[in-house]
Amino acid sequence: MSKAAKPFRPVAITANDLRSGIVVFRTETGDWVKDATRAEIALDPAKAETLLAAAKLDHDRNIVVEPVAVAFDPESRLPVLLRERIRAQGPTVAIPGSV
Amino acid sequence: MYRYDEFDQSFVLERVAEFRDQVARRLSGELTEDQFKPLRLMNGVYLQLHAYMLRIAIPYGVLSSRQMRKLAHIAREYDKGYGHFTTRQNLQFNWVELARIPDLLAELAEVEMHALQTSGNCIRNVTADHFAGAAADEIVDPRPYAEILRQWSAIHPEFTYLPRKFKIAVTGAPHDRAAVQVHDIGLHAVRGPGGKTGFAVYVGGGQGRTPLIAHKVRDYLPEEDLLAYCEAILRVYNLEGRRDNKYKARIKILVHEKGKAEIAAAIEAEFAQLKGKTLNLPEADVQAISAYFAPPSLEQLAATSAALETAKAANKALERFVRHNVTAHRNAGYGVVTVSLKPIGEPPGDATAAQMEVVADVAERFSHSEIRVSHEQNLVLPHVKLDEIPALFAELAKHNLATPNAGLVTDIIACPGLDYCALANARSIPVAQRLSERFADIARQEEIGDLKIKISGCINACGHHHVGHIGLLGVDQKGKELYQITLGGSADEHTSIGEIIGPGFPTDKVVDAVEAVIDVYLGLRKGPEENFLDAYRRVGAEPFKAALYADA
Repeated sequence: MSKAAKPFRPVAITANDLRSGIVVFRTETGDWVKDATRAEIALDPAKAETLLAAAKLDHDRNIVVEPVAVAFDPESRLPVLLRERIRAQGPTVAIPGSV
Repeated sequence: MYRYDEFDQSFVLERVAEFRDQVARRLSGELTEDQFKPLRLMNGVYLQLHAYMLRIAIPYGVLSSRQMRKLAHIAREYDKGYGHFTTRQNLQFNWVELARIPDLLAELAEVEMHALQTSGNCIRNVTADHFAGAAADEIVDPRPYAEILRQWSAIHPEFTYLPRKFKIAVTGAPHDRAAVQVHDIGLHAVRGPGGKTGFAVYVGGGQGRTPLIAHKVRDYLPEEDLLAYCEAILRVYNLEGRRDNKYKARIKILVHEKGKAEIAAAIEAEFAQLKGKTLNLPEADVQAISAYFAPPSLEQLAATSAALETAKAANKALERFVRHNVTAHRNAGYGVVTVSLKPIGEPPGDATAAQMEVVADVAERFSHSEIRVSHEQNLVLPHVKLDEIPALFAELAKHNLATPNAGLVTDIIACPGLDYCALANARSIPVAQRLSERFADIARQEEIGDLKIKISGCINACGHHHVGHIGLLGVDQKGKELYQITLGGSADEHTSIGEIIGPGFPTDKVVDAVEAVIDVYLGLRKGPEENFLDAYRRVGAEPFKAALYADA
């Protein structure tokens, strides 16, 4: 018996900027920005596929590297998983010398 | 100190120019990411959780003041003002821009540094005892041998595409401070017939997802056979090591699957072909390289320093610092000083640019401009006059660099974990910080005594949890961080792999759990002279399990 497909969860597209390496998110206008809360969120699988395909084009155009779709919470406008939240918001520990 | 010769310098400069061209071609789109990735990895550039990370080689952990100042400059100009000293005696910058890395590498080359052999499936940067050339118990300085191995292994054409990475560690004292038995090759210097230097050779150790203690394949390998024997080991591994599965590609798996006897026989057969030929290591060459590592001219001094004793009597903090952070030097009147990068509540191994400059300055004033990086993520000033320790201590204390905790419970090793690392499943640094704060009271730390806590944020074990007296392994359990506790590990001459004590603990319970383990130890030890590891080896896991899982 095949496993039931997992229910779809909203996603946003994230990658790293090729030149600087910093974490970026794809907006509705197709820009890549540091602010995760500005990311375009796909609420259905078809939209997710479209957004990821567009991101991959930006990978091929040498704008970003390693674009992926990550589970995103439409309310907080932040990633769902801890790992991705840390990517979006930075280390959970203070940067040495910053305080 | 070792100085680059003309060949080294031109080679490093050529590599910088080559990488500059590769980066330019990547940025212009001429190289795809798939084409570029192996090239950047050969130059120490990773793409980590937040940004590009550059891992800089500090061969056998040796730095000069000049080099440390350059690292401080790079931290400030190319990064966010700090760097992370690693369990491989390297330094990582976490926030470098790809476009600027060629300039950064050119600056490093100005001080004879680079990022070669810090990544990829090659023979990695060779590590050594961080007290090398200074420790009272040393029989031979391991650094010349580590340097000879560096020269032999750097871009060795036969060993540039190994099945997996390959790590060699060398130690020159009976007490192993370089963890040689958990390396692919561990070399432990010994005296042989006629007092000649040689090595006990260990093969097939390692941590990661399959922790294994290396097998001793030679009790005594003569010095002149060092390279031929290492080449024989690498050849056997390169030919027979698995390439079908990344997780089974290390030499430890080969040794484990074939058995020590079969591997030892294969190494000896290969060695028989190589012995006494081009790889023979003439004593004159060893002496020539050893001359680069000649100790600085140290004075003839009394074994004890009246000035230091007087200062200690008047200053309890200084007395504690000396007791915990100063180790016996082979020259009377000198000490080996550990500069703790584990201030209470701070990320283990991190140093700001300002702190790097302070260490560079005090090394220049007090330690002949010599600095060492330890795999325990501290810095070391190897040659300090006992008379000058009070002045050194006062200077370090101004910059939060005089925490008197070397070897104590807050001298915690921790990998970068999920705060920085793309491979991690759980955070390491915040757990280390909370443990450090829980045990901040120095009197309590002294009561507990020698205790090594080591934390890894994933099974790759960069935080060496397998060999921690208390090890913590962070795992991801359905989106929650969970920490498995191992007890009884050790990475010295009596190496052991810690045993998993039972189910893991969530992040809000793990510090209490470690405290419970330590309380059990304090309750059952024969006295303060029986340290945690000895007590654990005497009583086993049961009393600890009983305390941790009383409600289960």
